Amino acid sequence: MTTARPDEQGHFGPYGGRYVPETLMEPLRELEAAYAEARRDPAFRDEFARLLRDYVGRPTPLTFAGRLSERLGSRVWLKREDLCHTGAHKINNALGQALLVKRMGKTRVVAETGAGQHGVASATVCALLGLECVVYMGTEDMARQAPNVRRMRLLGAEVRPVRSGSRTLKDAINEAMRDWVTNVRTTHYLLGSVLGAHPYPAMVRDFHAVIGEEARGQVRAQAGSLPDVLVACVGGGSNALGLFAAFFADPVAMVGVEAGGRSSRPGDHAARFLDERGGAAARPPEPPPAGRRSESVVPPSLGSGSAVGVLHGTCTYVLQDEAGNVLPTHSISAGLDYPAVGPEHALLRDEGRVRYTAVGDDEALAAFHLLSELEGIIPALESAHAVAWVVKDAGSLAGKLVLVNLSGRGDKDLGIIESAENAAKVDGGQRTQRG
Amino acid sequence: MGRIGERFRRLREERRKGFVAFVTAGDPSLERTVEVAGEMEKAGVDVLELGVPFSDPLADGPIIQRASERALSRGTTLIRVLEAVHRIRKTSDLPLLLFSYFNPLLRFGLPALAREAAAAGVDGVLVTDLPPEEAGGWLEVARDAGLDTVFLAAPTSPDERLRRVAGASRGFVYAISRTGVTGERDALSDDARPLLSRIKALTREPVALGFGISTPEQVAAAASVADAVVVGSALVRFQEEHPHGDVAGQVTWLRSAI
Repeated sequence: MTTARPDEQGHFGPYGGRYVPETLMEPLRELEAAYAEARRDPAFRDEFARLLRDYVGRPTPLTFAGRLSERLGSRVWLKREDLCHTGAHKINNALGQALLVKRMGKTRVVAETGAGQHGVASATVCALLGLECVVYMGTEDMARQAPNVRRMRLLGAEVRPVRSGSRTLKDAINEAMRDWVTNVRTTHYLLGSVLGAHPYPAMVRDFHAVIGEEARGQVRAQAGSLPDVLVACVGGGSNALGLFAAFFADPVAMVGVEAGGRSSRPGDHAARFLDERGGAAARPPEPPPAGRRSESVVPPSLGSGSAVGVLHGTCTYVLQDEAGNVLPTHSISAGLDYPAVGPEHALLRDEGRVRYTAVGDDEALAAFHLLSELEGIIPALESAHAVAWVVKDAGSLAGKLVLVNLSGRGDKDLGIIESAENAAKVDGGQRTQRG
Repeated sequence: MGRIGERFRRLREERRKGFVAFVTAGDPSLERTVEVAGEMEKAGVDVLELGVPFSDPLADGPIIQRASERALSRGTTLIRVLEAVHRIRKTSDLPLLLFSYFNPLLRFGLPALAREAAAAGVDGVLVTDLPPEEAGGWLEVARDAGLDTVFLAAPTSPDERLRRVAGASRGFVYAISRTGVTGERDALSDDARPLLSRIKALTREPVALGFGISTPEQVAAAASVADAVVVGSALVRFQEEHPHGDVAGQVTWLRSAI
């Protein structure tokens, strides 16, 4: 659970930091101190490890995807976070933070959710540990992830609909932060990704580091070597960092797959690292203005709406317009439908340590079906983006050992799949008629 | 000394309390914002805060959120707000404080923004989501351009942080009366008085008290502990209900109990 990053102020190079209203500064310092103390405490570590094993069901298996490998001509292994209790990796972090909440003596938890996976994980650990839980969720997401709304309510959480803005994850975070800043003396904000102000990006990464630690041992034991390439989807980027962190010192390539949505036009996607030509931007931009830099310049822009900025407490790449207002995003996957990305990813991109790329809605849908039919594993639409890249880049991956983080299972997505495919049928029908 | 410092010096000399008004720039239109500034000055407002609308105002309650949405839907941007300031300055000496989230400033480019804001006639800038720790580069360019920098002090800030906030603030310190977002409340928070006395023990900068102050009684209570009182949401709501109404009359009413 140790990496040198971030620095003491929570900066990952020029990214990260703590851009929040003053009211939250001291609570963040307290959280940072409580976390630093907890991670040094063997009793905390043992309790976390015990619950990961006995409650979450860890370690999760590493599965060889034989038929998919045969089809693609590579060797594909799946890290099965879909087999975690509640069906996604999100519970690793939710559990870690909830244990910390108990330790800090707070009694109430607020959380945001997009796909509902983090909301369900939060509701679950709050039930387990006897904490009051309020989950903010955009009404758009409540409609497309209805089964998870019912799950959260069954678990005793209050789900508060968010009707502002785009009514998705970004707006749910706004609302959770408003609640937190109001009730900060009793309430902990259980943020669900490697986003937000320091210490969240590092803390959430560390609580997920178990994914990569397990996978590294498993792949060496089962496949006989380290993988050639790691692949994970990137919304905020928690499952990706959870997998990657254990391999940073290894000669292993890493690919983060963003949501390419419908097109590379601003508003049509959630790919923060996509450049204006519709490909992954290859060249790092000029350094952005960090706090103590006096030679600050206009932050670089990648076209496609992405530029370095500040959103939800952290400095990172943000999809935004020329005036600095955050752009609407689109992805078929609610969990990837977010305009910013974890600050550590921004640095990893600039350094070239991780390559970021995007696949579109259609490619993710096709991969969803492919994995279901070839392997008997129904992936979450988020995770299907990672699989889709492996399919799309099969040529360059020929013969390679590829380890994909299958971050969640897809039962929650059946409604979306059905309506997307009905829409496609209607579309196709019209096209045929016109043709 | 800038217009803001000069105003607080005069207030102190005359043993008066200041009245700071907040409006969301561009709600319902920038033309109306320019008019309102003139009316505010006549009504005796000491400092006018111009809120730069932002897509994700996470420190604001529903009233200012709605105002921001209206302003954005009318195409209000930072550069157009600066143009409006330039127009206000043609006829007015009212001290003006830009009140913004950090991202619009960052996108504009900090040195260019500081230069152009000062040239348009802005006197100071308050950035809601920029604590002193992250403000190093901004402080330099703002000072170079002659802009005041106002920072927030909160009930949750220990003395050590209050010292830091006061040290980074020029013009005045903005004390938040309660934990939470902007918006109208029933009574002045119990947090306000202890916070003010802690700040006053640490700095000679003037202190304005804001957040949740929306009636003459609350204004009077706030004025009894602070050098100035900030009213935002109550005025923004009045303008929501009466886009062309007598907002200056509201100011006169709110100040009546001081």
